[in-house]
Amino acid sequence: MEVQLRDPKVVMKLSKLGSFHQSKLSFLRSFLKEFKDWKYKRDLFELDENGYGRAVYSLKKNNRIYSLVCFANPINDEERSDRVIATKWDAAFVLHDGIPTKKDLERLYNDVPKQEVGRLSYKELTLSRANKSMRIFNHVVESLSQGIQPEKEKLLEVGYLYRTTAVYGSGKFGLADRFRIKDRDEICGPFRLEMMLVYLVRQFTFDQVNHIAKQKNSRKAVELDKEICRNLGIGNSTGLGMAPFIVNHPTLLNNWILAREISLKKIREIKNVKENEAELFKKFLKKSLKNITSWNTDSEFQKKKILCLLRDMEKLIHFLNKDFDFKGEYSFNKLYLWCEQNLKDECIEYIVSLVMEPYDEIITPLIKQMSSDEEKCFNIPTQRNIENLRNILEKNYSEIIKIDFSKKENNQNFWFISKNKEEPRLADRYMEHGSELEQPLAIARDIKILYERISNQKNSLSIGRFLIENNDLRHVVRRAFISETFPYAEIQDNIIGSKLVPIDMLRLKLSFFGAVKFDPRSDKWLRICMFQGAPLANDLESFDDGWIYNSLN
Amino acid sequence: MISLSEIDTTVKRASKAVGFSWGIAEEVGKSIRLLEMFGLPGLRNLNQYYKIYKDKKFQNVGLISKSNISKIPYCPIISGINFLDQIFALQELSEIDFENFAFPILFIPFLSRSSEIIGKKIFLKIDEKEFLLNFNQSIYSNYLNGDIVEKATKIKVKFVENKNTFNEKEWKELYTLSEETFVEESEELKQTAAGAGLTDND
Repeated sequence: MEVQLRDPKVVMKLSKLGSFHQSKLSFLRSFLKEFKDWKYKRDLFELDENGYGRAVYSLKKNNRIYSLVCFANPINDEERSDRVIATKWDAAFVLHDGIPTKKDLERLYNDVPKQEVGRLSYKELTLSRANKSMRIFNHVVESLSQGIQPEKEKLLEVGYLYRTTAVYGSGKFGLADRFRIKDRDEICGPFRLEMMLVYLVRQFTFDQVNHIAKQKNSRKAVELDKEICRNLGIGNSTGLGMAPFIVNHPTLLNNWILAREISLKKIREIKNVKENEAELFKKFLKKSLKNITSWNTDSEFQKKKILCLLRDMEKLIHFLNKDFDFKGEYSFNKLYLWCEQNLKDECIEYIVSLVMEPYDEIITPLIKQMSSDEEKCFNIPTQRNIENLRNILEKNYSEIIKIDFSKKENNQNFWFISKNKEEPRLADRYMEHGSELEQPLAIARDIKILYERISNQKNSLSIGRFLIENNDLRHVVRRAFISETFPYAEIQDNIIGSKLVPIDMLRLKLSFFGAVKFDPRSDKWLRICMFQGAPLANDLESFDDGWIYNSLN
Repeated sequence: MISLSEIDTTVKRASKAVGFSWGIAEEVGKSIRLLEMFGLPGLRNLNQYYKIYKDKKFQNVGLISKSNISKIPYCPIISGINFLDQIFALQELSEIDFENFAFPILFIPFLSRSSEIIGKKIFLKIDEKEFLLNFNQSIYSNYLNGDIVEKATKIKVKFVENKNTFNEKEWKELYTLSEETFVEESEELKQTAAGAGLTDND
């Protein structure tokens, strides 16, 4: 039986993409899987009694070494901010390619804490900074220094000791360009080095609290219990800066979604699901419930989604217990079809992620296909003609070209780059100034203009000739041809419309990162947690791919 | 050091700021990145060009022909974009000339990319400066000083047919030498090699 890939016009709706969850394909999981047999080491740890100073951690295999360099700095409470406009942080980090020399450490000491206004070199790969969670950091230090473990309940409410506020890579601020490292096998997967940085930062946060506690009271202090450490991750505050990424990288977006869709298709095509596979699915389904019930948020938007997810999960479990048998043929296909008919997107996509769990042999090869060589798709096939372009628009953008952009609400917003932090922002076109400097992210509107512009052009006219007079639409001509080869390259929604929920765009990207516990703080930014439940750096060898469901157990 | 990624992004934004469309700005970003990667002074030339771009007039070539002559200098960006877009038709012309061309170094990356698209090397002569563009993999040139070139009187573009740089005799001599690594097979081994059998008509 052949199952069709899900229709991009359904999958690529923002409400659907905003319901995605982490899965076996997620980058932090595939990172840990790749690096499980690398040798972890703490190479340098020079912190003072308050936990300020520097540290270096490394992962090594054969001749390759990656080193995380950490700088912890004193800051005042009033200086601490998760917003991108902050200029000071509790700690700053950089991932260095190889072992940093003394000279490197001096150079990095001067520049890494400055973050965006510092300069890095081609020897550095990723850059980040983080702030302590003031809700629990001091509580943990105090408890440990008194010889007792911190209150678990309090810890689990937050889930991390530190929150990163940005992670940069790929040539930003002088970091190494991607082309320098892209042929390394171990990083053949998106955001591997960003994940490595965050993972090693997590270890630093544990070492730092242990160190400060010991300095406070060397006789009584105890170390943070390993099991507690394992259940803590790294937080992250993410805003609109991340949203345009998925529009600006259409082939990459396609490859992420396509990997997910191919895995679902292949799993639905399995004729006889083995007993152990069904058991594994059920086991993770049960374990994962704790990830939902411990999902705390003040956001009404997210609360509704969590509630809906929980109700649907109850429905699903009832169905599995009463009316379903994995012994029948194509049982995952039957289960999926039942989900589509009976559940909402939040739960459907949850199950799409969960059904991957028993199938390493399907998922592992797909992980390697989730990167993209974007340069290869950059050239416009100018020898093609208007008829080809029209066919693509009518096939791939059929919903988009129906949108009436003469209506104010469909043109409500514009995306721009803020002058003070060079970060993407969204503003109301009719209330704010600057829409003349709009970024080329109004893809739906520009595709519609393109469609109208070619309506009176001859079918046989070459794209090269058409562009001579129409280069103002060159950016969407390029995208249209990309969408021909990459069916999941385009969001099938209007991202300048008044109904846009920007955090749907963030959620999509973060789910592929492997984030959990999405906690929207407004419709424009959210907090998440990464690596909660992951093995500690010293225990990487005993890696278990289902670690994400171990948290909070 | 400024990374290529930073160059790409900043050039794209600067190109939009001087008045090019976003689609063209993307092309310029990629092109300057390419020049810098090949060690050619793309950013310096572009910076100088954009300083005068708004105040001076430049000719925007539309359809490129075998001979292109203009009283006011050709814009290297619009010329480059149109060269790239029309490359399949242009290669039929074998040679293309331009007279009076502004900041010709900025024209190079578009030709380099064109070379990759059609699978032919392109020879470019900017007055006395010569460039061989090899499928967008490398650029061979006698222009090494990295100076800003504000204007070219004559530009010649020549499509190089795919042919070897050596003759038949030289190839045979080297091939004969390579044969010295081969081993003569015994009759017995020949009988058991793939395809050996009583008949292939089965």
